[in-house]
Amino acid sequence: MARNATATKATTQPNVPQFTQEQDLAAFREMLLIRRFEEKAGQMYGMGLIGGFCHLYIGQEAVVTGITMASEKGKDAQITGYRDHGHMLVMGLDPKGVMAELTGRQGGLSKGKGGSMHMFSNEHRFYGGNGIVGAQASLGTGLAFASKYKGDGSVSIAYFGDGAANQGQVYESFNMAKLWNLPVVYIIENNKYAMGTSIERAAATTDFSMRGASFDIPGEQVDGMDVRMVYDAAQRAIEHARSGKGPYILEMLTYRYRGHSMSDPAKYRTKDEVTKYRQERDPIEQVRARLLEGGKITEEQLKDIETEIRAIVTEAADFATNDPEPNPSELWTDITIEA
Amino acid sequence: MPQILMPALSPTMEEGKLAKWLVKVGDTVKSGDVLAEIETDKATMEVESVDEGVVREILIEEGTEGVKVNAPIAFIQGEGEEVGEGNRPAAQVSTSDPEKESPVVATTHAEPKSSSAEAPKFTAQSDPDLPEGVEMVEMTVRQALNEAMAEELRRDKDVFVMGEEVAQYQGAYKITQNLLEEFGPERIIDTPITEHGFAGLAVGAAFAGLKPIVEFMTWNFAMQAIDQIINSAAKQLYMSGGQVTAPMVFRGPNGAAARVGAQHSQDYSAWYSSVPGLTVIAPYSAADAKGLLKAAIRSPNPVVFLENEILYGSTGLVPKMDDFVLPIGKARIAREGKDVTIVSFSMGMRYATQATEKLVGAGVDVELIDLRTLRPLDIDTVIASVKKTGRLVTVEEGWPQNGIGADISARVMEQAFDYLDAPVLRVTGKDVPMPYAANLEKLALPNVDEVIAAVNAVTYRS
Repeated sequence: MARNATATKATTQPNVPQFTQEQDLAAFREMLLIRRFEEKAGQMYGMGLIGGFCHLYIGQEAVVTGITMASEKGKDAQITGYRDHGHMLVMGLDPKGVMAELTGRQGGLSKGKGGSMHMFSNEHRFYGGNGIVGAQASLGTGLAFASKYKGDGSVSIAYFGDGAANQGQVYESFNMAKLWNLPVVYIIENNKYAMGTSIERAAATTDFSMRGASFDIPGEQVDGMDVRMVYDAAQRAIEHARSGKGPYILEMLTYRYRGHSMSDPAKYRTKDEVTKYRQERDPIEQVRARLLEGGKITEEQLKDIETEIRAIVTEAADFATNDPEPNPSELWTDITIEA
Repeated sequence: MPQILMPALSPTMEEGKLAKWLVKVGDTVKSGDVLAEIETDKATMEVESVDEGVVREILIEEGTEGVKVNAPIAFIQGEGEEVGEGNRPAAQVSTSDPEKESPVVATTHAEPKSSSAEAPKFTAQSDPDLPEGVEMVEMTVRQALNEAMAEELRRDKDVFVMGEEVAQYQGAYKITQNLLEEFGPERIIDTPITEHGFAGLAVGAAFAGLKPIVEFMTWNFAMQAIDQIINSAAKQLYMSGGQVTAPMVFRGPNGAAARVGAQHSQDYSAWYSSVPGLTVIAPYSAADAKGLLKAAIRSPNPVVFLENEILYGSTGLVPKMDDFVLPIGKARIAREGKDVTIVSFSMGMRYATQATEKLVGAGVDVELIDLRTLRPLDIDTVIASVKKTGRLVTVEEGWPQNGIGADISARVMEQAFDYLDAPVLRVTGKDVPMPYAANLEKLALPNVDEVIAAVNAVTYRS
């Protein structure tokens, strides 16, 4: 294929892809788990059970849910920044372990030594949970490098936000990813605000799907509030990467309902803006409406799912509240591996 | 019946203002509904409902200041729940009795066993005995490093080399010479000039099980990448509770070269050796360069391997063995003596060795220790020597403040104070950015005369 001077901007298909009822139910369940889990985390933070920073994913659930539905679980690697609870839940990490890590207990995924921003699982191929804005772009490119080196056919999915998209190492990574045609999909979760700075105040160009243009990396802008659109685009992007054509960028137009972290003053955006997203674009409500619309799923059935999810979250919260803190001897373990 | 508690906006918040109620008694609420707004002097926050049900009682009026964190502010009756006296919360407002109203958070603390939680003690292994009659081959440090990488590349297909000019150019300092020819472009990889990016890429590859050797053309350029070295590689094992590590080597020339000015002449020994999670090696001799680089490549931990451009061409004897590997973390006693201990590493050893020759000629029985590894530091060898000699001089090219010598001096004071017959003296690079002019550069670096003067001072011979 001839190299174009500029990347072709792939256009999202005009027809909204349809989900089967099973897909809608699966997406509903995953997104609801994230929503309820994060609400509980917010509450526990407010009670002083969770310390430090706590970045909630509420509002952005469709992004990680749709992407993960299109990926191969246990094979494809995922890596993200510090807004990471949702990613772990959807990838199948134990909600009890995630919540206990938030409360800094011994049963946490990192034994209580990582915290909200630092959880990992080799088994599920989840590589964090990274607290330095933009670091995961380079690290995720390295996961793709390893995939190509080993020839294992896996794809690396590296999420970062609109804020990280202005970091220098992102472009160093884009360059190497395309230079070596590494199987990586970059997901730019554009939730409009880098902490409290809107994209208009931070970015010279705000179409982040074009940020790979000078490296000939195709990009798409996707409605990140509609899980069907996310899934559809992710399938294209992952297939592109897996087939050896190199990196792909998906800009997810999404929105976080809560502040950047728990201590966000929320003075930088209007209440109307938040309300509008919640009322008109909510990713979970869209699926709920679709499920009920067909008439095959009843309110009662959805209520059963909600009860089930609530029980999982309550169990996680109880575990995270009652599990003991790590033994003091843990202070001195896991610093280096004894050769 | 679920109580709604006054939430904290941050771990340091103790109380705040309940600014506004957005629901009233009798309203039905579901998860995510905004119930109220709270304020501190720094921020405002919406209180969302986590529960579903009907608002039965509002306990704190809007506009109330000084509401304690975790005080109940309302309660919600869930579906099918009875309102009973037993689960009715008592209103806890105002600041009249802070003792009584301090938030009770149900954390379960493990019984502190702090006395048992001591830092593990590092014990270094001794160098392996060389086989009887082993042939010793003279080679440069450059050849030794090159052989170490070639041998490990042959041994383990997960090992690869990445960096600027490492492949087709054969290495900016020819350390990777001929590797491309033997191992091919998939394993000997030229990168763009993007230290931050390729260092991070290599760490990610290490997370996924590969064993990268990242060559920095010099360590000066690695400052672009130091975030990935420390925040991603060094801390990974700990942050993940032991699950994910970064088995890899970052290597390249460190310290001053010759006449290249301030930005290209800096010793990072003290910087990296202060970081838990990293292993830091700084060899002097060709044999140590080879044996320790092979050990570094096999290490399951991230290793910072500090070479020295001026030493690349110096020669030494290296045992000709199929697999010559040295233990990480073991100092080498280069010369045994009883009058004074000189401790150094890397290029500092050149000044220390030359000074030792002159001092021994003048009748001073010097014990010379080459640290070789800076983290974990073989302080036991240093302490044992100081207990014997009672006098210590450290030699390094780095800056004096917070240097390797400063650290050793502190540890000797802590562990062998009563054995010291003189204050510890440090010979270091001068506390200035590296000048370009030949005479000034010479003045900025340590030299043999300074080492001799320091030894004379601690032995009261001056």
